[in-house]
Amino acid sequence: MSRRYPPTLPRLEPAGLDGWMVRLFDAIDEANMPWLTALVRECEAAFGDELVDLVPSYTTLLVIFDPLRLSPAEARRRLVALLARLTPDEDAADAPVKELPVWYDASVGPELARLAELAGMSRDAVIACHSERTYRVFALGFAPGFAFMGSVDARLEAPRLDTPRRRVPAGSVAVAGRQTAAYPAVTPGGWNLIGRTPAVLFDRDREGFSLLQVGDRVRFVPIERAEFERLGGDPRPMEES
Amino acid sequence: MIDAVNALRVTRAGPLALLQDAGRCGVRRLGVTQGGPVDLHGWAWANHLVGNAWGTPALEVTFGGLELVAERDLVVAVAGADLAATLDGEPLAGWRALAMKAGQRLAFDTPVNGLRAYLAVAGGFAAPPVLGSVACVVREGLGGHDGQGHRLAEGDHLRVSPRRAGSGGETARAAPPEARIDYRQPAELALLPGAQVGEFSGESLYRAFNASWRVDDRADRMGVRLAGPPLHCRLTSMISEGIGLGAVQVPPDGQPIALLNDRQTIGGYPRLGALTPLACSRLAQCLPGQEVRLKAVASERALADYRRFRSVFA
Repeated sequence: MSRRYPPTLPRLEPAGLDGWMVRLFDAIDEANMPWLTALVRECEAAFGDELVDLVPSYTTLLVIFDPLRLSPAEARRRLVALLARLTPDEDAADAPVKELPVWYDASVGPELARLAELAGMSRDAVIACHSERTYRVFALGFAPGFAFMGSVDARLEAPRLDTPRRRVPAGSVAVAGRQTAAYPAVTPGGWNLIGRTPAVLFDRDREGFSLLQVGDRVRFVPIERAEFERLGGDPRPMEES
Repeated sequence: MIDAVNALRVTRAGPLALLQDAGRCGVRRLGVTQGGPVDLHGWAWANHLVGNAWGTPALEVTFGGLELVAERDLVVAVAGADLAATLDGEPLAGWRALAMKAGQRLAFDTPVNGLRAYLAVAGGFAAPPVLGSVACVVREGLGGHDGQGHRLAEGDHLRVSPRRAGSGGETARAAPPEARIDYRQPAELALLPGAQVGEFSGESLYRAFNASWRVDDRADRMGVRLAGPPLHCRLTSMISEGIGLGAVQVPPDGQPIALLNDRQTIGGYPRLGALTPLACSRLAQCLPGQEVRLKAVASERALADYRRFRSVFA
């Protein structure tokens, strides 16, 4: 891993009474993630139970500590020391790929046609294009277990819907800009829906809770409706589900 | 949980009553929000008055309308907002521990002073922790009295550990006058300037800290929008990053939003900085239409204030 930080980075920025924002990079890049996952691990080791929470995302890590036990200055000293010797996770490039089965179909993915039209390709070509890549999880947010993944092939780049849907069914697989995601639960949403996964993305009773974690590699695997139903998917079309 | 017994039965639900402990930690990287009491001050005092340790679940009653009947003898305290609470029809004194006998009825009416009252019971409300916390987040379906993130509904029971239900607090224990906040007074909210503060125009920065801001009616546990002169920032959007409690983000319309306990974990708007935890608490008690001001503070000062506050509840 020869890539280093941009010249002005990393930077520690104040983030309230109990937080530091560690800014590692200034652009979205899959190569950021081994640095971020390494930094998450190093922070856990360096802060122990003085750590309250960590929020990694694309280019940054927000570190929240207990201000009763640690001053911002002391927290900063620890972060500076840790950043000076940070090395990226070496096994990130060949980490196991998590597979998400997806039933790509217009009945559960009403924007398949829109993406096909924008890209000037057939629906089957859109499906092939979306499912042949291995994506990286950049961040989780918006809702528990909602993983922002990228980067989608430039030909499938599509803006969000002008009017978000009030209710997107759980499992919906979607594209917005050059990112892709699967909705863990029923929520409002403005992304382009192209299919549905039967995978349970967030489960409060599962070890780790979220199927996808920051830094994971993910691949979408096309399946037929019968397989989707066999895996427990809800096949009801958009307007009914 | 197994030894918990019914303490209070809900006979009228009101708009929003949620069980809250100190909040959910360690899972924000999964997109799971913090939760917890939006007024830490009122919540901490209610617990303290009945002898509960920091972090014990207490009930956050927003706006009022809630009615509860005791199912056993309890020691309770109400702190935070004055929602014209009554005990068997008689005005209930806030900010002090008091005995509540089985069969007695506690009713919250409408806001007189502040927006959110906190009800604590000696021994603490018992509920199943979800992802390590009882904090109720309706949007995520996590925590609360039933573990499913539901607000209290008519017929629900609040439970308590029986060993401590009728003990714990001195019934005469009361909060000192300086702890009782008059939420009707204009609020000055301490703000720690953040990294993007230099991206705002000089005029906007002047306005931010000198204009008076009106609490908008778009205000909830996720965030409170402030209406006033639009602020101009050179950055219109950023790559999404983690958002701390109290972050004051400024979307392109220039109207700041102070983000509270149920905020989304990441976001991409530039921020003026972050309100201190106690400023968040103060803002959470403001009704729509109230005027607030933002005041820049140094981190050392804010930390000293927060440590002084917490030292009461050791």
